[in-house]
Formats: sequence, structure tokens, C-alpha cells
Amino acid sequence: MNTVTLARGFVKNSLEKNPTIGHWLAFSEVDKVTLRVGKVNFGQGISTALTQIAAEELDIALAQIIHAPINTQDSPDEGVTSGSFSIEHCGEAVRMACATIKAVAIARFCSASGSPAASVAIKNGVISSSETTHVMTYWDLNLNDQLSEKVLYDALQKPQSDHRLVGTPVPRLDLKRKLFGGHSFIQDMVIPGMQHCRILRAPNRAGRIVNVDEAGFHNRFSDVELLRDGSFIGVIAAREEVAVAAISYLETLVTWHLPASLPNCADLRTFLTSAPNEQRIVGALAAKAPPPLGLKRFESWYQRPYIAHASIGPSCALAQWKDNKLEIWSHSQGIYNLKADIEVYLRREFGDTGMPELVVHHVEGAGCYGHNPADDVAFDVALLARHAQGRPLRLLWSRAAELSCGPSGSAHLVKIEADLADDGAIHNWTQTIWSNGYTSRPGRAAPGNLAFVAAAELANPFVTPVSLDPPMSAGGGGDRNAIPLYDLPDYKVIYNRLLEMPIRTSAIRALGGYTNVWAIESFMDELALSLNQDPVAFRLQHLSDPRAIAVIQKAIDQADWWYDRSHDEEGVGRGFAYARYKNTGAWCAVAVRILAGTSVRVTDISIAADVGLVINPDGVKSQLEGGAVQSCSWTLKEELKFSNEAITTRSWADYPILMFSEVPALTVSLINQPNEPSVGAGEATQGPTAAAIGNAVYDALGIRIKQLPITVERISTTD
Amino acid sequence: MELMVNGVKRVCDFPANAFAIYALRNDLDLKGVRMGCGDGHCGSCTVLIDGVPTTSCNLPFGALEGKKITTPEGVGTIEKPHPVQAAVLAEQPGQCGFCLSGIMMSSVALVDSGKRVTESDVCAALDKHLCRCGSQPRIIKAVMAALEKVKSV
Repeated sequence: MNTVTLARGFVKNSLEKNPTIGHWLAFSEVDKVTLRVGKVNFGQGISTALTQIAAEELDIALAQIIHAPINTQDSPDEGVTSGSFSIEHCGEAVRMACATIKAVAIARFCSASGSPAASVAIKNGVISSSETTHVMTYWDLNLNDQLSEKVLYDALQKPQSDHRLVGTPVPRLDLKRKLFGGHSFIQDMVIPGMQHCRILRAPNRAGRIVNVDEAGFHNRFSDVELLRDGSFIGVIAAREEVAVAAISYLETLVTWHLPASLPNCADLRTFLTSAPNEQRIVGALAAKAPPPLGLKRFESWYQRPYIAHASIGPSCALAQWKDNKLEIWSHSQGIYNLKADIEVYLRREFGDTGMPELVVHHVEGAGCYGHNPADDVAFDVALLARHAQGRPLRLLWSRAAELSCGPSGSAHLVKIEADLADDGAIHNWTQTIWSNGYTSRPGRAAPGNLAFVAAAELANPFVTPVSLDPPMSAGGGGDRNAIPLYDLPDYKVIYNRLLEMPIRTSAIRALGGYTNVWAIESFMDELALSLNQDPVAFRLQHLSDPRAIAVIQKAIDQADWWYDRSHDEEGVGRGFAYARYKNTGAWCAVAVRILAGTSVRVTDISIAADVGLVINPDGVKSQLEGGAVQSCSWTLKEELKFSNEAITTRSWADYPILMFSEVPALTVSLINQPNEPSVGAGEATQGPTAAAIGNAVYDALGIRIKQLPITVERISTTD
Repeated sequence: MELMVNGVKRVCDFPANAFAIYALRNDLDLKGVRMGCGDGHCGSCTVLIDGVPTTSCNLPFGALEGKKITTPEGVGTIEKPHPVQAAVLAEQPGQCGFCLSGIMMSSVALVDSGKRVTESDVCAALDKHLCRCGSQPRIIKAVMAALEKVKSV
């Protein structure tokens, strides 16, 4: 058999915590392999890709893989499913676990049959030899006695040339089930005897209850429980429609104090630049020689507003607290971290010895694009379950809460200054960023702090930590993609992370990479056009990375509308942008064509990406397409609105997103690199799409919009 | 109250002024009807009432009396998918798939209407639906493919 060892980097993250074969797989029933993973599905279809990897390496069929339920009892702790790391971390760990056990199987088969290893072939788990007549299966070889053995980092893996599943567009394994109705999501889960909950929440995280007319509530809803702990308030009813009616009524009986704690929505730049911050140099490169004379100075500011996750399915969680055991069902991206943070609360309330045992089960939710309220709703339902005396509870957040109380993507300001020479050389690139941190996920707070929205509402409240950022080794947060990818003689990148957080922020797809790429790629266009240079050629002049150059060429070459302007009507513009996600992940180039008139419409998008070895080309394309469409929506439409006292974005009417009649035609190409490690695709198009749109608007109208979203109103009021 | 759901007569004791979605999802266990917003804005909860796509999250249950209701459970089966479902499986437009059941209902109504429609008609019909994963381009392709298939039969 031919074998190859692929370069591997981040796999240690998953394998160090979960080092044995049994953490990842088991031969649980005849003809089947049970796969255990900690990375969860939330719309990106990761389990399909992981199934392909495992079935490939073990030489079994896709249908022979069973996915073990994901929970904090049995699943490997792989931290959070985020940052486009799942294929790198989990995929590689799965591949190595499978390769390790396969080597044992082959050795056992050879020793039992006297076959030379080179003669062995495996199909559907059946092992045979071209030189002997012996036939055995994985399930004959008692391989489960190896489950406590360590996964070998150097287990020999199949070479790409032998792949029959990896690299093929296997259809999503979960789609069929979802299409014909029935139970598919956590929102559909039913526990016998389950009761329905709703909560009421202030549209400002500093809001507190002044008064509740509890007697009035019980007069009307005598069979509904009203639970309150400080400003955390909710209802439990036997029936969902009753819970919905009860919470609507309760809303009329609660008086809130909403402090004027929110910044001026119309002037976020003043807030971002004046709030106290922690300054950090993200990166700096000193010039080897002094810059030439006669340079022209450029300076631009780029600003994104707060944006909402706005998943179509409201966040949901179920819980049952019975006999000193608390079970929670959640669509969290990180069930172990969620467990750790809920235990902070339990430990404070009951002490180490008195607290219940806690198990968190993952159940898939609707699309997730970062740290949405999944963790918050899980803590909410745990608080309600504490008083429910063993009854199972289901809590669904309202659309209003989903938009106004969940973590948002931070407002984000970037200033770029640079000096440009006539020959296109760029000097003194100085970039300054102001933003709130991009993570307040569970599991990362200081002692005594707790990031759940309810934790600050309790009568005995926890401190809400101000959002931090993932370390640069995980891609950074507000500083993600902040260092320019171009070959510059010098640069300095400064990041000011805000130490105040009037509006709760956390991770949203691509984190700071969206705004930073938009800013850098807009600025590159400004520089190029000031010299009357073609913006794509100008970029290529400053790039030497061959994988960058390849995606740029591809994105342009495959767009038949890129060069031919002869049929353009008024308002048509073209724009281009490039980035390598996190500066370490997928290479991605995006060209767009827009039509600017009574609205700005993106009519065409051409995407080329290099994600290393492609596991599932259709899955990768789907992620790139989805990211690009979502980025169009963010860039053209989205902005969280608020007064000084309250977030006023409460329904879809307040928060329009891209509609069917507004989506572009898409062309996507992948440059497969079979001998390079796989990197994630889910976030690579966010930044480049935004910048390409901005550049196309300038191309069409000669107006550069430096404050998102790019609306017609903004265009008409910009000089 | 008696109603005809997915071709079967069902009896459901549910308040006439409460929203129909809770009766469909909880009392009749038709979870393919997805709860998205409660305002009729996102289209996730769309069902067919006498063939007309209608959001059920803001519709009083009483409005269903004597009507024929179709939910995602009543459209087709894995063995015998509706042309829209077959096209969706071919085009793979689902990312999370949450919005897809409501979109499917509007698409089924359009395809079953037998009308000649263009891509912009499809978009106009689907503008009542929100998709956050960005699957719209593939969904449009799938619906166009289903229309083509039906036309050619």
C-alpha cells in the first residue's frame, strides 16, 4: 500500500486533550464504525466532511459510519466549533485515529494469515490479500482492545492519489432528513412531560426591573408560573401558546429602568475613539532603508456599525434538573465551555459538594454564524429548571430578543495612512483599529465573571466581562487580518480594544477580518486609482505569494463580464478584492459586478479560493457562496439601531437582510492542492466580498463609501 | 375543530384565537413547520392553505376550519419526492436547512400552479422568505430546475 504523511499543524489542539483512539472511534456494532467528534453541525455540514475523511482512511463506505451523539460525557472536548478550524483540528485528528487503528488491523491480519503487508487490500472494512486466500473484517479482529491506545501522530495515511471519497462532492448527509418534515432541530425536540418557557429581557444589557405587577399577572394567568431572580424573569406553562400569551401580558406589567448607557448610534466614530481602550501593537516591520522623497500621503477611515447574527431560527434550549443531575440540551458551539461556565454558577449557589452533576448535550440548531444566544438561552433554561422540580423545560427566545439581546458583531473603525511613490511603491503603512473585543464566549472569563446575559440580571449578579479577543495563534479577533498581506517595506498595525462594552459583542463570522479586509482592500484601490493603475495589477505588483496570485488570476479570468464593458448600462461597476483568511487560512479572491441606481445591487460574483486539500468540493463551494451572499447583506443593508437607552432593532422589519430578488449570480472555483493541508472555507469570502462591492460602487459612481452599510441614502449624502 | 391536514382529517382541540403554528407543531406534531419570528416576516412557518402559501405563526387557528392544509410532511416522501424536493436534493442548496421547509412550500405552490414563470417570478414569490446562510442562488436554481422538469413531463 502507498502511504503518505501530510503536513500537520493544529491537529495537536484536538489530539492533546483527546489522545486515545477510543476518544475518536469505536467498532460498536458489526459492519459499523462509531465516530466520536466534538465539532458540531450548525449549517456548515461539517459532519459530512468528517464522515468522508473517516470512511476514506478506514476504507469503508460512508453508510458504515455512525455519528455518536455529542455530549460532555462521551465526546472529545474540542473546544469551540469556530474559526474555520474544524477540518484542520478535528478532520486531521479523525484521519490519524483511523490511520492508527487501520495499521493495527493490517498487522493483525498479516500475522493471522501470513500475508505480506504490501499485498493487503481493504474494502468496506473487509481485509484481503492478493497473495493468500484469507479474508477478515475489522470486526473479526477485536480492535476495540486498542481503544485506550494512543493515536499515533506518524500513522501512515492514504495518499491523495488513492482517495475515492475525499475530494468528491458527497451530498450533505443531513439534508434529506430536514426536507421531508419531522424533527430536525433542537427547536423540534420533545421530552415527554416537557413544559414551555418564555423570558422577558430588557433591550439594553444594563436595564433592570423596577417593578412587576405579579398579582395582576396571576389574576389573568393563574396556571402559569412566574419566576424572577432580580431582573431575570420568565414564565413556565404547560402549553406553548399559553407561555407566549403570558409573556406578552407580562411585558405590560413590568417597569424597567433603562439607563442612557448606549453610545450615539449616528456617531460611532466618536464613541470608538474616545472610550477607554487597551492598545496593542499587532505587528510592525521597520524599513530597511529610508523612504524616498516626493511621496504622496493618503489617509482613510473605514467604519462598520454593530451588526446582528440574525439566525432564522430563534435560540432554544431544554433542561431537566432532577435528582441532583442537571441535563441541558443546547445548540452551543462549545458544550464543554458552556458546561464550565454554568458550573461557575452552580458552584457559587451550592458549593462543590452540593452542586448537581451537569451534562450538556449538543443538538443541532438553525444556522450559526458565530457566538449567537445559544449559550445564553441554555443558562436561562438552567435557571428556570432550578425551580421546576424535575420537570423538563423548553425555552425559546423571541425574535426581538434574538436581535436585541444576543451578542452583536462589534462596531469597528480602521484608519489607514500610507505614503505612495509614483512607481506604486507603498511606504509608512500605518493602520489603527478601534473595536470591542470579538469574544465573550463561555469558558474564557476571569473568576467571578460570567458572560451569560442572565448572569448580570440575577439578584446576586455576576460581573459581565468585557469582550476579549482570541489569541493571534487562533487568528486574533479585532486584529484578525489586520496585518496587510502585501509585500510592504514597512508597516505598523495598532489595535485599540475597548474596555467598555455598552452593547454586548462577541464572535461573528470572520471576526475583525471582515472590516480589516474591507479597509485594506478599499485602501489598495484608492492607492491604485490615484496612479491611474488597474487595481488588480497594482495588487499583483505588491504580491509574491504564488497561491495568492493564482486565486486572483482565476477570479478575474473566469468572470466573462470583467473585461468587456461594451454593453454596460449606466450604474454598472466592477470591483475586486483579495485576502488570505486569518493570514494563515484560505486564499480567496472575489470580483463583483454591481448595478447602482435606486438601490445598489450586486449582480455577479466571481470567487476563486485555495483551501489546500479539498475534502468536499461542493461543501466548500456552498460555504464560500453562502459567505459571499451574507457579506453582501452585511455590506449593503445591515446595521443594529439603538437609542441611548435601548436597542431598537426588534424584528425583521427593523433589520432587513438580502432577499431572493437581490442575490447575485455566483461563479466559484477551487484551486485544489492535494498535497497541502486542508484549511476551512466558511469565513474566507466575508472580507473580500465587502471590499469588492465598495470598490465596484466607486467604479460605477466615483463615490467611495467608508461607512457601512453602503446604502443609496449614504451614497447620496457622500461627497 | 376538524381540519384536513396533509390529506388526513384531524381533530384538534385548540383555541381558535391562538396562533395556528402551535397547534400544527405541538398538537399535531408537524415540526416541519418552523417557528422563525412570530410576525409573519421570515416565511419559515409557511404552509399551504387550500394551495395558497400562508404564514402560520401569525394566523389564528380558527382560520383553518374546513380548509385543506399542507405542511412539509405532506409534500412528498424520500421514495417519491415532489419535483421541488428532488431538485433541492440535486442542487444541494441547504446549509442549515431551517428556512428551507417554508421556502419549499411556496416553491411547491408555484410549481404546482402550472403557470409559466420566469426566474424573476420565482424570486418575487420567494421574497416572502428569508434565508440567512446565503443559499438563495442555489434555491433559485433548484426551483427553476423543478419548473423545467414539470414542463417537460
